[in-house]
Amino acid sequence: MSYELVFDVKRGDFDTAGEASRKIKRTLQQLGVANKVIRKVSIAGYEGEMNLAIHSSGGRIVLQVGEEELVLTIEDVGPGIANIDLAMTAGWSTAGDEVRQMGFGAGMGLPNMKNNADSFEISSKIGEGTKIVMKFFV
Amino acid sequence: MKVSALLENKEFKCLNPQVGIEGVIKSGYVGDLLSWVMANAGHGCAWVTIQTHVNIIAVASLLEMSCVIIPEGAEVEESTLERAIIEDIPIIITGLNAFEVCKILGNAGI
Repeated sequence: MSYELVFDVKRGDFDTAGEASRKIKRTLQQLGVANKVIRKVSIAGYEGEMNLAIHSSGGRIVLQVGEEELVLTIEDVGPGIANIDLAMTAGWSTAGDEVRQMGFGAGMGLPNMKNNADSFEISSKIGEGTKIVMKFFV
Repeated sequence: MKVSALLENKEFKCLNPQVGIEGVIKSGYVGDLLSWVMANAGHGCAWVTIQTHVNIIAVASLLEMSCVIIPEGAEVEESTLERAIIEDIPIIITGLNAFEVCKILGNAGI
């Protein structure tokens, strides 16, 4: 890996949420990555960032830029997902009313990440946290 | 159609005219669920939404939208406008409803 960006995301921080995705997008633009790939990484990164703000107890986004692929890792410190299959189902969400009124909680975050990444892996343990690793071919 | 051409219609008012309004409106999208918008809205679209909080600018900026149109006189938060200026996204308000906005965009050939 030739380049790495790391962003911490706090729970409930909606005012600055989106900042990491914007910085990732700008970096990829500066590196000359194709617009089509940037769009996919932007969508997946934004969804990951919002998931950290909405659902996690805090977490981190790491982008590793390699010559052939970009690796986007979204990792949090809890609370963990009880049923990953259910969480991956489009339209299913545990988001509360307050964030739903803001237009979040459509239950499309994880499916959007999976649909935009060339590979998608998710692992989670209750009480420990969730880790998502997405790869995008450049 | 450019954003500036849409603004010639007196039903529309740009809240942050200091940003670039010469962007071309390539398509339109209506939606208030941000993940749906992220998944489906096109590059250069005019996005009609009643969401007014600051995160709409993150969505508009990431998807490189031409403008965001807030219908039915909904009030836009100050933090949203501040971010829109930084991200160079025109925020347009109108008293029309989303359907009426779409009719105007459609009649303009979008």
